[in-house]
Amino acid sequence: MVRLQPTPRQIQWIKAAVFTVCLVPVARLGWLAAHHGLGANPIEYITRSTGWWTLTFLLITLTVTPLRRLTNLNWLLRLRRMLGLFAFFYVCLHFSIYIWLDQFFDLTSIGKDIVKRPFITVGFGAFVLLIPLAATSTNAMVKRLGARRWQLLHRLIYLIAICGVIHFWWLVKKNINEPLTFAALLAILLLIRLAFRARKSAAPTASQKSVTRSQVA
Amino acid sequence: MLVQRRPDISPSEITPKGVFENRRKFLQAAGIIAATGIGGTAFVGAKPARAVMKLSVRPSPLSVSETPTSLKDVTTYNNYYEFGTDKTDPSETADKLKTRPWTVAVEGEIKKPKVYDIDELLKLAPLEERVYRLRCVEGWSMVIPWDGFSLSELIKRVEPTGKAKFVEFTTLADKAQMPGVGMAVLKWPYVEALRMDEAMHPLTMLTLGLYGEALPNQNGAPVRVVVPWKYGFKSGKSIVKIRFVEEQPKTTWQLANPREYGFYSNVNPEVDHPRWSQAKERRIGEFGKRPTLMFNGYADQVASLYAGMDLKKNY
Repeated sequence: MVRLQPTPRQIQWIKAAVFTVCLVPVARLGWLAAHHGLGANPIEYITRSTGWWTLTFLLITLTVTPLRRLTNLNWLLRLRRMLGLFAFFYVCLHFSIYIWLDQFFDLTSIGKDIVKRPFITVGFGAFVLLIPLAATSTNAMVKRLGARRWQLLHRLIYLIAICGVIHFWWLVKKNINEPLTFAALLAILLLIRLAFRARKSAAPTASQKSVTRSQVA
Repeated sequence: MLVQRRPDISPSEITPKGVFENRRKFLQAAGIIAATGIGGTAFVGAKPARAVMKLSVRPSPLSVSETPTSLKDVTTYNNYYEFGTDKTDPSETADKLKTRPWTVAVEGEIKKPKVYDIDELLKLAPLEERVYRLRCVEGWSMVIPWDGFSLSELIKRVEPTGKAKFVEFTTLADKAQMPGVGMAVLKWPYVEALRMDEAMHPLTMLTLGLYGEALPNQNGAPVRVVVPWKYGFKSGKSIVKIRFVEEQPKTTWQLANPREYGFYSNVNPEVDHPRWSQAKERRIGEFGKRPTLMFNGYADQVASLYAGMDLKKNY
């Protein structure tokens, strides 16, 4: 099998290209805003759009590892941090719009929302949990934490993605098609991981069940 | 006291009677052609520019003096699940709806049941333009100049019996014309209802137009109800049946989620939706949020209807 292994220089170019593509959703919002294209309720539109892209980037980030495993294209891993940070970028926009344009820094009202509205609680929780991951995304931080602890911390991404999808699910009034699609894709991405795990620990079939179960828990 | 807040319609805005009648004839002829299938493809295929029927309306003392939301926003951002669940869907998919011929069956506990033709309803009482606030349960609001008359005008004519305690409104549910009806998001047809005294309240409006023109399809053409002190979903659109009943009807959103949508659904900043606050609203076209008013600002007129009722329980 031919191994596609770009040179470091090529990887730089790929990264630059991916970076540019990742900015398209926010550029589009800017363009629409300048051309009265955000509809009758622009704030809702921007909030929905940045939320949608946060979930999308979370799922894309979670696709990197299985894709690498399945294709043996190890260099894909070099893109993972950037994709994860774009998820963080879009959630920051999403959250800022909520506290600024939606709530106008009305802290009591925001506090009430977080405590009283389960969909906001779970969304806010996911946002807060993503902060340490973004903060420890540099190589220096990986070194400082040690690979094992770093990896353990970054497993939070599974919980964050689940919370993100629940956040979307709970906010829609009736038509759950879109949150359902996100949930299905996320389920596939998580199940692939379980399958990998199960195969890795391979060996006796008797212990396999308990491994799977402990991972689900 | 009747206070004339809005100026009379300017003469330039009134369609000359001849033009108006010709247009009416054209529409009737078009309806006949379409119905009989004569020259069917020629007519259907041509897809004429939206036939706008001007209405002659007089201003109403029941209007609020707030700035109306633009016609563009009113007609491109609204909920009408029969045409899709996105708020831009109705404006994109409602053009297939045929509003002529159209009849409304008025039946149930009344002495004079009757099937009304839409053109008969248009002439039932003088049309008024009433600028009402509209508050959606989702937290946004508009100000809309509706054209029509008090629903009580119709109710009086059909003479309800003593058994008529509620009025039920049924919306058209035709898959062929309404793409959203193919989806199982709600139980079709859409049914809404009011208590008799709510239906008889002068603010409750049988609505045939907005901004001085026949209702656009996406806003509930050709005839809908508008109940300005209740969340928008209480105001049934594209009505084909009005039924007077003794028992409180099961309404569509109530069936869909009884914990979130009650029978009354009066606008109330103090009773939150289980999933979000109702204390504030975003007026479409405005940047900030404004506080939501009790009964959507119509408390003076309607609060007495609910005297002694626990509005937290009867949400």
